[in-house]
Amino acid sequence: MDHFLTEDQQMIVDLARQITDEMIIPNRARYDETEEYPLDIVETLAKSDFFALFVPVEYGGLGGGCYDLVLALEQIGRGCVAIATAYAASALGAYPIVVGGSHELKSKYLPDIASGKKRAAFALTESNAGSDAGGIQTTAVLDGDEWVLNGTKQWITNGGQAHLYTVIAITDPTKGPRGASMFVVESDDPGFSCGPKEKKMGIRCSATTELIFKDCRIPKDRMIGRQGTGFITVMKTLDKSRPGIASLGVGLAQAALDESVTYAKGRYQFGKPIIAFQAVQHMLADMAIETEAARALVYVAARHIDAHPKDMSKASAMCKVKATDVAMKVTVDAVQVLAGYGYMREYPVEKMMRDAKILQIYEGTNQIQRNVVGQELNKEYT
Amino acid sequence: MRIVVCIKQVPDAKDVRLDPVTNTLSREGVKSVINPYDRHAMEEGVRLKEQYGGTVTVVSMGPPQAKAILQEAISCGVDDAILVSDRAFAGADTLATTYTLAQAIKKTGDVDLVICGKQATDGDTAQVGPGLAVRLGMPYVTCVKKITGVKDKVMSVERMMDDGYDELEIDLPALLTVVKEINVPRFPSIRGLRKAKAFDIPSYTATDIDADPDQLGLGGSPTWVVKVFPPEPKGVRTMLEGSLDEIAEQLADILSDSAHGA
Repeated sequence: MDHFLTEDQQMIVDLARQITDEMIIPNRARYDETEEYPLDIVETLAKSDFFALFVPVEYGGLGGGCYDLVLALEQIGRGCVAIATAYAASALGAYPIVVGGSHELKSKYLPDIASGKKRAAFALTESNAGSDAGGIQTTAVLDGDEWVLNGTKQWITNGGQAHLYTVIAITDPTKGPRGASMFVVESDDPGFSCGPKEKKMGIRCSATTELIFKDCRIPKDRMIGRQGTGFITVMKTLDKSRPGIASLGVGLAQAALDESVTYAKGRYQFGKPIIAFQAVQHMLADMAIETEAARALVYVAARHIDAHPKDMSKASAMCKVKATDVAMKVTVDAVQVLAGYGYMREYPVEKMMRDAKILQIYEGTNQIQRNVVGQELNKEYT
Repeated sequence: MRIVVCIKQVPDAKDVRLDPVTNTLSREGVKSVINPYDRHAMEEGVRLKEQYGGTVTVVSMGPPQAKAILQEAISCGVDDAILVSDRAFAGADTLATTYTLAQAIKKTGDVDLVICGKQATDGDTAQVGPGLAVRLGMPYVTCVKKITGVKDKVMSVERMMDDGYDELEIDLPALLTVVKEINVPRFPSIRGLRKAKAFDIPSYTATDIDADPDQLGLGGSPTWVVKVFPPEPKGVRTMLEGSLDEIAEQLADILSDSAHGA
């Protein structure tokens, strides 16, 4: 369907599609097997300005909005959600600086993120703090001109691959949600290290590790925003970033649909292509309907977020739930359409199904997203 | 360093068809692309610029539609583009083409390095690079697979050979033709695409490049294409099947028969 993209947006889509078709799709199975970080592809995306897309113009970026990033991520996600995650994680890691950082902090870090010279990662989750961000135990204590961080972050995307980490830590345990602050930690800061790469069900080539802070000392001016604003920065970041995850769901669902229809037209049983059987046809129809519906919601949410920066939580959460649930359903059905072949690793749909699952989990589980939507409804109807 | 890269628009090799009646290349409906070797020439130019500073200008002789490939070149990091286009250039062989390109390049000012693809995938002559070097009075190296350095106006290169490679030094200004092994061409960038869209590509006519009309196009071309045809199939191919021993036996029989036959 025509979404009336501007010429510039269409250009971004076409370029992302070209890189996806020529470089990502031919290599995704190999990266899934080896679980190796896709550095060559990440560097290609950087050279083609995709890391500049989400950085403001005054800090060396292209100043693209949420919609622009969504369009790019949809194409890259159509090729491989793991590789797209390796890319998107830098956007997520950079957003706290974009939404909450001082001019000095932005000037110091954003130009290198825009050029791809430095990759970023976002560090919130801990063993006792995931959906309940209030359970954070990592602490930061001021000692002279330095903050001293202690604690462990868990399942951090781009761990070991990023050059800078935006980290939330408790600066005042007596103040509850207002006692948390965000910091920029550089990969070579003393007392900072990454654990081994986790073995995952899907998105295998994206790096996921623990981050360990052991008396990790960083200069005082690495705090993002004011002390105690950590949670606000995290919420603002996730509101902006979730449509990106949603668009990975749209891209992935589209890829699974494309594989399914192509296969159903070429697979003959009982003397007919299986697309001629209504049982298969209706499955494909539902996959297409759901994918288009998800895409439409993601695009509308992204445009809303670009236009109404103070009121984005509900739109952001809604599109994340819808598109990632659709991705899960459509990829499961794709494996069913391809049946025995679909279950084989020689065909791409089993990987798509494995990759889909994380979309319902990371950047806030879909249950948490429904909480957000519900809470917003509660506010709206007072 | 001021670098000029010559590029040509050719029919996409993935999409080439022969006209069944005339047996000539059918260009109708066939997508036009940058000659694949020229992509590597462009990329090498941009890499040299990134490493040593300077500018890269792409030049293409062709019909007005060739502006598309020049725009694509801009999107891939090239600074400037010039189309050399005039009805008088039509039907040029390599002699007339090198004359035309040389006139156009001279018009752009002093050049330190000219890079061409080894050959174009449509004509496959590999003559334009060397011919252009002679016209420009430059030394040249063909089939370059690596540029190893530039120092005091001397460039070190590796020339691909059938049995390895030669290490050569060449005084600048010079002309190189490059093979695909030299690099992996980059994708366009978003900034490049925006620049390309706004870029107004100048077009040089025969008058603009002070060309002698007798040396242009069909009239300036001593080479005439008499006929284009697919080669006749030679001989019959036989696949031998069976175990290694059986195949060896069959092969021995065939060789022995053909030896006796001869």
